[in-house]
Amino acid sequence: MTVAVPLLPSPQLAALNDAYRKAVARKRLRFTMATAVLFAALVIAAVGAEVDLRTFVAKIGNFVSYFDRIATLENGARVWSDVGEWFWGWQKWLSLLGETILISYVGTLAGALVAFALNFLVAENTSPARWLRFVVRRFMEFCRTVPDIVFALIFVIAFGLGPMAGVLAIAIHSTGALGKLFSEMVENADMKPVEGVRSTGANWVSCMRFAVLPQVAAGFASYTLLRFEINVRGASVMGFVGAGGIGQELVVAIRKFYYSDVSAILLMIILTVFVIDIGTGWARGRLFGKDARS
Amino acid sequence: MTRLPAPESADLQARYPEVFNRPASARLAVPAMIVGAFAIFVFGLVDLDFSPGRMLAGLHQLGWIVMLMIPPDPGSSLPAYLAALGETLSIALLGTTLAAVFALPISLLAAKNIVPSSIFRFPVRRFLDSIRGVDTLIWALVWINVVGLGPFAGVLAIAVSDFGAFGKLFSEAIEGADKKQVEGIRASGGGALHEIRFGLMPQVLPVIAGQVLYFIESNTRSATIIGIVGAGGIGLQLAEQIRVLEWQKVSFLILMILVAVAVIDWISSRLRFAIIGRRAVV
Repeated sequence: MTVAVPLLPSPQLAALNDAYRKAVARKRLRFTMATAVLFAALVIAAVGAEVDLRTFVAKIGNFVSYFDRIATLENGARVWSDVGEWFWGWQKWLSLLGETILISYVGTLAGALVAFALNFLVAENTSPARWLRFVVRRFMEFCRTVPDIVFALIFVIAFGLGPMAGVLAIAIHSTGALGKLFSEMVENADMKPVEGVRSTGANWVSCMRFAVLPQVAAGFASYTLLRFEINVRGASVMGFVGAGGIGQELVVAIRKFYYSDVSAILLMIILTVFVIDIGTGWARGRLFGKDARS
Repeated sequence: MTRLPAPESADLQARYPEVFNRPASARLAVPAMIVGAFAIFVFGLVDLDFSPGRMLAGLHQLGWIVMLMIPPDPGSSLPAYLAALGETLSIALLGTTLAAVFALPISLLAAKNIVPSSIFRFPVRRFLDSIRGVDTLIWALVWINVVGLGPFAGVLAIAVSDFGAFGKLFSEAIEGADKKQVEGIRASGGGALHEIRFGLMPQVLPVIAGQVLYFIESNTRSATIIGIVGAGGIGLQLAEQIRVLEWQKVSFLILMILVAVAVIDWISSRLRFAIIGRRAVV
């Protein structure tokens, strides 16, 4: 089947072509300007960050060879040729990894509990008072904007070296992060059950318990599991500032150039993170259906 | 108004047995999980040396620290702090951009609709996963070994760790793209590169730009902490002032970070609105 494409008479076509060209030209101009601004910002940033391409080119070999070095035992053999020698400290490392997971577990759960208690005060549709909402909201913003490791630095001084500082740092950061997600979830909840419960003469706490909570509980648990996953990564570096976990061993190994230890510990951390990733993904899928998995 | 007769409880039970007589396993599952979770929690508290005494002493100490933090005061080092803040922002911007530039071609290799064979896709995905499994701080330590102390190591650390994250996010964006436009290009005789350039990129670039902006925002936070291990920026100042217990300076630095993050938040959300429209930004 052939279809003739009707051609417009040229004066009409010229006007259309002209408009098209103008539109494209405007778009191109905007794009070029945006690129120029970005480029200028990058150049300024490069100067600010003391980027030195000569060092980079001269030392990039070090980066590649670093991986060669961490894959080599002290006697010069490849690490995988003698796994026993490579993972010589596996008992100590495994118990520290366990501590890391425990730090993130306790921290996440404590943070989730506080966030759970506070989020009903923050959500727009359930907050009992405006001023309360404002205050708690600012508090949560503070908790999640200050990085957890900065809290850990301060807590190490207040509470002493050890995992306690790490747990509290993670708990505070999780409170801020989860509080926001939780309250957004409550804001999306259906308010009709709340009216129903209130019409029976229930007070605010009962309204939350019997009308809002059943709608949001699954989502809360899902977000908490996701946060746990993130916090395991976070807890693996808490030891850098003395707040417990495997980080302490890792930072010593990196700083003192115990190359094969670096690769062994890194491998253990990566594997743990994988396992936790897969485990929480599975748990979320199992608990809340496939759609909660993303 | 007529009242409906109250249905007999027995009648209801007969009609909805699954509501009234749930099997014990279903009724006990949730309480059992909650009890289990709390058992681990308590075990963790004991194992990690929590004690009311330590907690109280620590809170007392923390109270003192907070008292000493007020009022925030930079002393005479305000210019140095501003320079450090500029360094932090530079690290975030440069690191994120580098990561995005390098992640784009790799993400094509990890996308199902571009590389259908999972033999090629699988190693790329695992490679990206491993990079993401290592925290930015660890990358910073590695790069310090390579290029020496300073912000440049921070840029490279953020670039590498975001490379992993971007590779995953971009490839998901590419997989979510509409196939019809690619087919259109193919139908009009375009090659594989044309398909990607004219069929895919116009669809995914706005999504990618939004993600990059979001990461610049969150990297401002990461960039504040990589200084703690010596990779430049405001974190270096912060860690130093905490170590020498100059609490007024510490609180001032924290305030600076909060303000900087808020400003970057605001700018990047404006830019995101401009690029992908209001509806796509939640």
